[in-house]
Amino acid sequence: MASEHYSIFSVLREALRGHKGWQPQWRDAAPQKDYDVVIVGGGGHGLATAFYLAKVYGIKRIAVVEKGWIGGGNVGRNTTIVRSNYLLPGNIPFYEMSLKMWEQLEQELNYNAMVSQRGVLNLYHSDAQRDAFARRGNSMRLHGVDAELLDQQAVRKMVPFLNYENGRFPIHGGLLQRRGGTVRHDAVAWGYARAADQLGVDIIQNCEVRGFRIEDDKVVGVETTRGFIGAKKVGLAVAGSSSRVAAMAGLRLPIESHVLQAFVTEAIKPFIDCVVTFGAGHFYISQSDKGGLVFGGDLDGYNSYAQRGNLPVVEDVCEGGMALMPRIGRVRLLRHWGGIMDMSMDGSPIIDRTPVPGLYLNAGWCYGGFKATPASGLCFAHLLASDTTHKTAAAYRLDRFATGHAIDEKGMGPQPNLH
Amino acid sequence: MRIACPYCGERSLDEYLYSGDATVRRPDFASPTAQADFVKYVYERKNSPGQHRELWYHAAGCHAWLVVTRDVSTHIITAVEPAKDVALGTASSMKDTA
Repeated sequence: MASEHYSIFSVLREALRGHKGWQPQWRDAAPQKDYDVVIVGGGGHGLATAFYLAKVYGIKRIAVVEKGWIGGGNVGRNTTIVRSNYLLPGNIPFYEMSLKMWEQLEQELNYNAMVSQRGVLNLYHSDAQRDAFARRGNSMRLHGVDAELLDQQAVRKMVPFLNYENGRFPIHGGLLQRRGGTVRHDAVAWGYARAADQLGVDIIQNCEVRGFRIEDDKVVGVETTRGFIGAKKVGLAVAGSSSRVAAMAGLRLPIESHVLQAFVTEAIKPFIDCVVTFGAGHFYISQSDKGGLVFGGDLDGYNSYAQRGNLPVVEDVCEGGMALMPRIGRVRLLRHWGGIMDMSMDGSPIIDRTPVPGLYLNAGWCYGGFKATPASGLCFAHLLASDTTHKTAAAYRLDRFATGHAIDEKGMGPQPNLH
Repeated sequence: MRIACPYCGERSLDEYLYSGDATVRRPDFASPTAQADFVKYVYERKNSPGQHRELWYHAAGCHAWLVVTRDVSTHIITAVEPAKDVALGTASSMKDTA
């Protein structure tokens, strides 16, 4: 178990001795016979859950099983944005708790996750949209979250190079959350993995779950490519594949898997110092510390497990970008890729027990899962440890669709491709 | 990925709108289990990898509703049939299996 503490002194020490003393950040653990809790999925949410289970809830024997490698799934495929500019009561306290946890994360994990509160600016382009954004901002402020409604002049001061006079979608202003920003996504996975490992969590990579062993109607472990692993409780944190994995336990979820594409350009000089979203289409952009413009848009809109999308959405995203900031037109794309999203039927996540005793579900993150990582981990750990829902995630019930308590942030109804 | 409309020929995706799983059926509202049945119908989906039967609407073309059979892991389309034929049981894929 690695135990070295990262600090300016460890960096200097290693610099002086040619960086020969760095230890692996987590052990390559082999599965033991059984655990108190097995978490399926070594993404951000699964690793965070393991970390908080060990740190906050004092659970000793925990394993995270991951079919690939740590950081190889959606935690390494997102566009790194963190924010808490939500509208509905079920959502705001949860995402605000998450943002507060981001603010403390690097100290908590002793890991540089490059948390950068550079501000998230959502532009509005009509009077009606301004009213809707004012309502959202008011809702945020009523929950103690920072929000500022900017007029066009104030937006011009922040980002002077936007196309304010776009004939169809002139920019009238924006809703700004200054505490929002970006976080280095891979470092989040690695930081949680290292911190969890230091608390004794076994992180078992290249270990795919192929089924659940259920005895007397209760889950007693998971069948994996590396043999059977016994568990008192099993938590699923496999967003993107939730339906597929839950089907092995006989469950049918209110989720469709959809593909979302993202893009990064060649590195250019510092250009955009915040996150900007186009309100008249679906386009959001920020600049990484390496200089690449990181941007994305809408879902492709059809069920997919392919981790790649199609050209009409690439065109749509680029049109959004050109409408918003024409000067990026000659920047070349470096990479573009797709990730599989757990699109729930109301656009909100699920952190709850399942009808199978001993099996717990963390799913349905749509394309907003990255920003939720710390709070999702804490709330899921709370559920796994105590069998009760964390008060902040109390609305994220699996049965809310049947009881009429859907949390439909965008008001789209049960159409997963529209959330 | 392009969809070959039976009436218009092969067209770009941006002519079509997607409307999800084509295999769910509206349950009988008079059934004693109607409430649970409707929850399943409206919200729960199989969502498995592999072959998927799904509804597409040719919005920027002939306005036909189509049932497309597609592998969601590879995006390869193996059949495109008018939804009306599927509903009436006269689609060619159904004759083949009959």
